[in-house]
Amino acid sequence: MVKEKLYNYLLLLGDNSMILGHRLSELCGHGPSLETDIALTNISLDLFGQVRHYFQYAAELKSENATEDSIAMLRYPHEYRNTLLVEQPNTDFAYIITRQFLFDHFHLLLLQELMESNDKQLSAIAHKSIKEVRYHVRFSSEWMKRLGDGTERSHEKVQAALDYLWPYVGELLQETPTEAEMKALGVGADLPSLEAAYLSRIKATIEEATLTLPTAPWTQSGGKQGIHTEHFGFILSDLQYMQRTYPEMTW
Amino acid sequence: MVATTIADIERHLVEVSDPEIPVLSIMDMGVVRDISLDGKQVLVKITPTYSGCPAMDTIATEIKIKLDSLGYQTKVKLVLAPAWTTDWITPRGRATLEAYGIAAPLEESADKAALMGESRIVTCTNCGSTNTRLVSQFGSTACKALFQCNDCFEPFDYFKCLK
Repeated sequence: MVKEKLYNYLLLLGDNSMILGHRLSELCGHGPSLETDIALTNISLDLFGQVRHYFQYAAELKSENATEDSIAMLRYPHEYRNTLLVEQPNTDFAYIITRQFLFDHFHLLLLQELMESNDKQLSAIAHKSIKEVRYHVRFSSEWMKRLGDGTERSHEKVQAALDYLWPYVGELLQETPTEAEMKALGVGADLPSLEAAYLSRIKATIEEATLTLPTAPWTQSGGKQGIHTEHFGFILSDLQYMQRTYPEMTW
Repeated sequence: MVATTIADIERHLVEVSDPEIPVLSIMDMGVVRDISLDGKQVLVKITPTYSGCPAMDTIATEIKIKLDSLGYQTKVKLVLAPAWTTDWITPRGRATLEAYGIAAPLEESADKAALMGESRIVTCTNCGSTNTRLVSQFGSTACKALFQCNDCFEPFDYFKCLK
């Protein structure tokens, strides 16, 4: 019973990293400059590395014939538990950086909590991942400042991205029953308690970037329950194509 | 003749290297965390440098091929805790990196300053100048950043500090 819940919790953690990692992987060879292309795909690689740790652990709990690949590749859309923020498309560079910035600061706080988890394997994954995520936070925050405090045009575009993505932020901090139970067991993070620290950190960068913190309410959610945006089917058709066409194929 | 001590195994593993930094032995990189020996059965525990490092699968395979070819029955296990840090690169490993053209990691606070472009302290592996600039925090592999020397203009990799 606890195993099943922990499995579901690992999906909530891993799916965010996987879908964001996939979005970033779409930029491979398409980044606006060589350095940003390499940086964003490096971040993608880190996220996928972390996902492998979560899903290898999840596969052990699931038994049957589950593997990291079957968990990653062979679920249906409603079985994915990522937040709606990370599935938002790569509209332009301002969206890519803003989405990353909003997620990275949350990710760092989440991993800080998970390092203290009384589940040893989860704590080990968090200890490993946080070292990489510190670099992600640094990268996306620097770019927020550069774009926000850059030219009139870059400021306008990054403000538009921030305004558009803002309603999706709240879902990161919303607690589902699974997360509440994992918190109570000392395994999972206390998401609502991260809100104050999260807001103060992103506010500091947003102000330095001469941007305006949106005031719109956090209205968008559903991903954690498996209710996704219209973008999600397209992501899966790309992501799952190989495994669906050639089941159980390996490299 | 089959070796019988852990020191022998370690000596064999010195010959296994990271495919992305072929001059650097996995022993000097600090990814081998534990070796246990039971007759001909060897268990080697390794830890990843970066989570997504694609070299880890290759390293695990090469350890197995190397030791199996010497008559062992080898198992390789990936362990995550404690997490790898650049402090585990041996002094010989650091010297090897520098000679190969990759600047070895600085200590944590200096590394942060260097990667934020706040101070010019990373030494050019080509001419030895510290008048260098950060080109990108993310380089050719997950573990490296890209720098360029302002004196000799040579671009070079810097192995990022990871703690």
